[in-house]
Amino acid sequence: MALDRRAIVIAVLLGAFAVLPLAAELLDQTWYIGQFRKILIFAIAAVSLDLILGYGGMVCFGQAAFFGIGAYVVAILSWHAQRNIPVFGLFPGTKAIWITWPLAMLVAGSTAALIGLFSLRTAGIHFIMITLAFAQMIYFFFVSLRAYGGEDGLRFRSETTVFGLVDTRDEVGFYYVVYAILCLVLFLSWRLVRSRFGMVILGVRENERRMRALGFATFPYKLAAFTIAGAVSGLAGALFAVEESFISPAVMHWTRSGDLIVMVVLGGMGTLFGPVAGATLFLLMEKFIPDFTEHWKLIFGPAIVLIVLFAKHGLIGWAAPKGTQREGH
Amino acid sequence: MTVLLFIEQLLNSLQLGVTLFLMAAGLTLVFGIMNMVNLAHGSFYMIGAYLCATLIQHTGSLLLSVPLAILGAAAVGLVVELTTLRALYQRDHLDQVLATFGLILFFNELVKVLWGPGAILIDVPALLSGRVELIPGAPYPVYRLVVLAAGLAIAVFLWWLIARTRLGMLIRAGASNRTMVGALGVNIARLYSLVFALGCALAGFAGLMAGPIYGVEAGMGDAILIKTFVVIVIGGIGSIRGAFVAALIVGLVDTFGRILPVLLGLPAALAEMAIYLLMAGILFFKPAGLFPARG
Amino acid sequence: MFKTLLGAVGTAIIMGAAIVAPSQADAQNRIKIGLITTLSGPNAVLGREIVDGFALGVRHSDGRLGGIETEVVQGDDQFRPDTGRELAQRMVERDRVDIVTGVVFSNILLAVADPVLRARSNPFVISANAGPSEFAGADCNPNFFVASWPNDGTHEAAGQHAQNAGIRRVYLMAPNYPAGRDALAGFKRFFRGEVVGEVYTQLGQTDYAAELAALRAARPDATYIFYPGGMGVAYIRQYSQLGLIQQIPLIAPSFSADQTILPGVGEAALGVFASTFWSESLDNPANRRFVTDFEAAYNRIPSPYAAQAYDTARLIDSAVRAVNGNVANRDGLRAAIRAANFQSVRGPFRFNRNQFPIQNYYLTQIERDARGRLVMAMRGTIFENRGDAYVEQCRMPG
Repeated sequence: MALDRRAIVIAVLLGAFAVLPLAAELLDQTWYIGQFRKILIFAIAAVSLDLILGYGGMVCFGQAAFFGIGAYVVAILSWHAQRNIPVFGLFPGTKAIWITWPLAMLVAGSTAALIGLFSLRTAGIHFIMITLAFAQMIYFFFVSLRAYGGEDGLRFRSETTVFGLVDTRDEVGFYYVVYAILCLVLFLSWRLVRSRFGMVILGVRENERRMRALGFATFPYKLAAFTIAGAVSGLAGALFAVEESFISPAVMHWTRSGDLIVMVVLGGMGTLFGPVAGATLFLLMEKFIPDFTEHWKLIFGPAIVLIVLFAKHGLIGWAAPKGTQREGH
Repeated sequence: MTVLLFIEQLLNSLQLGVTLFLMAAGLTLVFGIMNMVNLAHGSFYMIGAYLCATLIQHTGSLLLSVPLAILGAAAVGLVVELTTLRALYQRDHLDQVLATFGLILFFNELVKVLWGPGAILIDVPALLSGRVELIPGAPYPVYRLVVLAAGLAIAVFLWWLIARTRLGMLIRAGASNRTMVGALGVNIARLYSLVFALGCALAGFAGLMAGPIYGVEAGMGDAILIKTFVVIVIGGIGSIRGAFVAALIVGLVDTFGRILPVLLGLPAALAEMAIYLLMAGILFFKPAGLFPARG
Repeated sequence: MFKTLLGAVGTAIIMGAAIVAPSQADAQNRIKIGLITTLSGPNAVLGREIVDGFALGVRHSDGRLGGIETEVVQGDDQFRPDTGRELAQRMVERDRVDIVTGVVFSNILLAVADPVLRARSNPFVISANAGPSEFAGADCNPNFFVASWPNDGTHEAAGQHAQNAGIRRVYLMAPNYPAGRDALAGFKRFFRGEVVGEVYTQLGQTDYAAELAALRAARPDATYIFYPGGMGVAYIRQYSQLGLIQQIPLIAPSFSADQTILPGVGEAALGVFASTFWSESLDNPANRRFVTDFEAAYNRIPSPYAAQAYDTARLIDSAVRAVNGNVANRDGLRAAIRAANFQSVRGPFRFNRNQFPIQNYYLTQIERDARGRLVMAMRGTIFENRGDAYVEQCRMPG
């Protein structure tokens, strides 16, 4: 029964997202299509963080850095393609998504793997601070990357097609591309956490020592999960770059990593769909409350504290409670 | 690089180092004793700076404003501890990170409401605005020397407090075995409040000293917070001694990391990344930092 | 089950409400202006000058630019390009503004301009401050105007002044962002002596201890800086705290010597030479009216930022009047803006082929006015009717 409820909530929300562009077109408010596209993109990043935070118990305070790396890969390749200058003088730039998007995932994933090698040897507070510090390092790397705009960001022409079918400048078409990718990421993540691999990750969250005693070498599992999360976040970043045709290090500022954690917890940790709801609510608030009061964070800040103290089940947990707080038991 | 320039940079890096130490000391104590991650520590740095700037504008007296601002930062810290953080000591680190992240949003917005969104530029107090020629040919601002001296004095005071007083004994005992201190009949709640307020006072002091140099604005505590994290991670979380050594090292690397690329014509990319590269290097060999506080 | 439905329906309603909320029909003969500027952080004072200057310009049209209903939508870019871009998207796509103006910083303007120039409603950018070289040259665009100056104009004038004054070895410093690089490039274009140091610091940095130590070690004849806003106050103070101001004369552009800087720096700035396209002491009828009314309204001397924003409002007023309030006639409006048929407070003003200004640049020196306040006093003209170095790269027909 509980699962049914959750299925209803998920279906209603995904359905709402599906008809949203049509409604916006009918009301001649196309601006909102772009805004909700961005929400879906951040939702993908939030789902990737949920994989390690919610399921693996790894409090990564640097997820925005992987997002930014993915975005910069697309941005830099497109910029080179536009100007006809070879990248590093070696190979031509490109806007073809079958190259740029996988490459974004690859670079973001490998960076995550490298950072994981250092940080996953630690736990708890060390892990939080180290992921934060590495993310800062990447942030400052792009800040000082003069050739690609540094702190001012990089303007480039991003328009491309998705396998010759959808032009990314098509407001509605690109919306559904992002929507489909989000659904795919949700489905694959759902399969992943239910696999044996997912069970090990869950076991690590509950009691890493016991898992080791049971004979699991936990480190490779954690590293793999961390890498996958980094790659998926990089994919979200790649979509963001195409969306914005502008990228600046601001997207990987450490507070953006904090925002992603808030999205995951707000929506419900370890629920996969929760972060989608969390990202939606968070970004809607961020975009629309300032219309009414400039100082909304005065209320939002303490609200986070209250949520942490009293309502950690998240939106999903509230709308469709289950026997246990987190899935996978 | 001339010797004069080198010495001047050394003084600059020491000054940054002691500021970082003031921040790191409070943060690392709170972690060591309460096992608590406090992202909002930078907010007390900011509050100290704002309070001091306002007090100076209204009273005109430095000697009055500084202690009041420090007390103010400690008082705000105490209120936060009693109302919010107390409930978080038993929670996991994620909860602590989130709740204190919420506090950062709150305090950054609060100072915008109270003081406006623009930055406040305050003058170096007239008494301290001169220069001295410590080294012939290179006059150095008195104010920066005072910041340096005050920071070092606080470091000595902390050492005395922790090594020589009853409170210090409890702090040391709390850091190594929390439950034992409680079992000995010490009022743990009061000890926690005291330690937290002390940390906030130190952060507030660091902030008010930085005010005339860097300007006072919303979010000013965020940048220094991250550098403080680097200090704590390098020094070993929970260790005051580690925080002191690491603060000086980070001060050195950050200052020279900014000036060396300029002098040697290296890519400026190194400047801002230097301390993080340092951290990565140290962690590779010593995952628990230079002076691990406990196993 | 009830809670489930409530939750789902609630979320759907929020999403729906967000869409329906503000959809007003665009009234005929009404102009909407998006004013994006920096109102937070150490540079908030610059945004304040722009807002106040623009507001005075609108007030001098009785609140109706070109005699039609005028609405100004204001937004704070928080000194961040990405925030500025978000605001620009919202203003052109949701609020449907006709003109975007007010951006202080070039890096933010670069991020803001694209979504405006790409929007289907064909809006204009009229910069009231930043004049990035990109848009003066290769990226010039028929819908992009600069009513202030090309980024390097004031700095070219400073370089020419340093050359005229016989300075041989100069040390250059600026923040590392487009206008900072444009600034020093402009200075070097007219200065023929030796540049013994060229240092770029992080934008927003306000502690220059390390860089100033290196500067002193290089022993230049003079220092030229470009530090606007809070950075400028901090820089000149620290320069003077270190005792450098007596040893190594400081030359500055107006951005580091105007009324956003002088009250904060005080005595230390006396005697500093500054190049500028406008000064509070410039004597012409339009400027006398502007300075007097600005002081009466805001109780302070205006800065060049306020003057530019005021001029931008007067420019828009003249153009809207020329098309009889029909701002939907974009071609007509564009031609009317290009004509620049208004009395600028800076004296002679017209648009170049790239829609950047052609104007005079003056030499000023900081001294006390009759009431003892520090002002930029006129010392002469450096350039007359100067355009910019990038217009050749602009392929837009004249």
